[in-house]
Amino acid sequence: MENNILKISNLSCNYGQIIALEDISLEINRGEIVSLIGANGVGKTTLLRTISALSKEKSGKILFCGVDITKYDSDKRVRMGIAQVPEGRGLFTILSVEENLKLGAYCRKDDKIIEDLDYVYEKFPILREKKDDYAGTLSGGQQQMIAVGRALMSKPKLLLLDELSMGLAPIVVEEIFNVITTLRDMGTTIFLVEQNAFLALSISDRAYVLENGRVAISGKSEDMLSDTRVKEAYLGV
Amino acid sequence: MIELFAYLLSGVTVGFIYTLVGLGFTVIYNSSGIINFSQGEFVMAGGMSTVFLLYAGLPLGVAFVLAILITSMIGIVLYKLISLSRDSSPISLIILTLGFAIFLRGLAQVIFDKQLHTMPSFVGDGAFEIFDTTLTYQALLIMVVASAIVVLLYLFFKKTKTGQAMVAASNNVDAAKLMGINIKKILMLNFAISAVIASIGGILLTPITSTNYEVGIMLGLKGFCAAIIGGLGNPFGAVAGGLILGVLESLVAGYVSSEYKDAVAFVVLLAILFFMPGGIFGNLKSQRV
Repeated sequence: MENNILKISNLSCNYGQIIALEDISLEINRGEIVSLIGANGVGKTTLLRTISALSKEKSGKILFCGVDITKYDSDKRVRMGIAQVPEGRGLFTILSVEENLKLGAYCRKDDKIIEDLDYVYEKFPILREKKDDYAGTLSGGQQQMIAVGRALMSKPKLLLLDELSMGLAPIVVEEIFNVITTLRDMGTTIFLVEQNAFLALSISDRAYVLENGRVAISGKSEDMLSDTRVKEAYLGV
Repeated sequence: MIELFAYLLSGVTVGFIYTLVGLGFTVIYNSSGIINFSQGEFVMAGGMSTVFLLYAGLPLGVAFVLAILITSMIGIVLYKLISLSRDSSPISLIILTLGFAIFLRGLAQVIFDKQLHTMPSFVGDGAFEIFDTTLTYQALLIMVVASAIVVLLYLFFKKTKTGQAMVAASNNVDAAKLMGINIKKILMLNFAISAVIASIGGILLTPITSTNYEVGIMLGLKGFCAAIIGGLGNPFGAVAGGLILGVLESLVAGYVSSEYKDAVAFVVLLAILFFMPGGIFGNLKSQRV
């Protein structure tokens, strides 16, 4: 079995007329947390959207578990084990918390769904309390918990996280990221996009820095924390 | 008083048909953002196919099922046409549904004819006596079947996995894709369900009002009006809107003149669009979001 779970080669994407991603190549290995950092508007979200087939690539290849999935639709990619917590959470606001979570297991056919629902409630007890409320009525942090819990319900091999910390209080961010590290310890591979570079580098094993649609720097997260270029541009020290 | 009760009864009967047509609009609008102006022609297709299948000597039950199947196929054809031009603006797609409606009317003239047709009541010509007025078995059947469809639709969207996926897809398309929901299939299913509801309306109505190739124009507009009264996209609104419209029409026909009956829908439509563009439940919906 190959070590990498996701392999992107020479991927380019347009966003309307603008080039959003140019010639991106990166690899994510099984069991890793890999982060992608960069300023606003450099194409981080576009990359995640392309991995889930919400955006179309212009050229390049995406391999998942050794299979070329470049031409696969989003639903097929989900069934193969790619889940995403999208930017802005993407909740079903007119459905209840529990209905949102259950939709996370839409592609599953096994009988462990209720157990996993319990697991999510155990990790985020507030969601059990509010399970019958409309998802749209919860606070930002609770909504993010629904989004993470919903992604977990699909039992993903690869979990893509887009700006989890955006707009949330530090204590909530900590609660959510604790769950993320637990997931990694249980074997889920995680690819996270963050503007908060310090947070991303502290939690991840490796990182890529995206600048103007290209990978500018890549390496071990701990090395990057002391890399002068990264420090100046992203850590503000 | 007896008069009023009789008008109410007949208003509610027709109102349930408007409700079914209105629900058809709602189902497609919610899933695709398109107002399907072939909805009335789905109703016509249901009624006309049943009549001609009966003429061909098929038993009633078989004719119903076939007519519903035929109409759902028509719904799927419309979906295919729309999906071919998926990148077009909603306005062009709405015009496409108008064109499709005209095409269906033409097709009905060619395949069937231009005459008025009717069929016998499915439950006999008997009637109940209630408070000195009569309620025909067929009218009661319309009320029962339409209510059952409303309840079944509600349960389908609320309790089944596919129904939930349909609600999710109408709420947030990208997020629905991330759940692994196949949006194309879901959309197609919406068009099919919408056509099925409309065709049942057409079948139920035919013994009471008879049908011809262009009966869908007026029924489609009335159903559209029902959906607008309750707030486009709100299924409960379509139910209420259909009943309100049916009763208003019946009262105007009874107390003023039956000549003005059809005008009611359009006066109400204009009034709603001017004064409460969100429908009578508009506020309720915006609070929930």
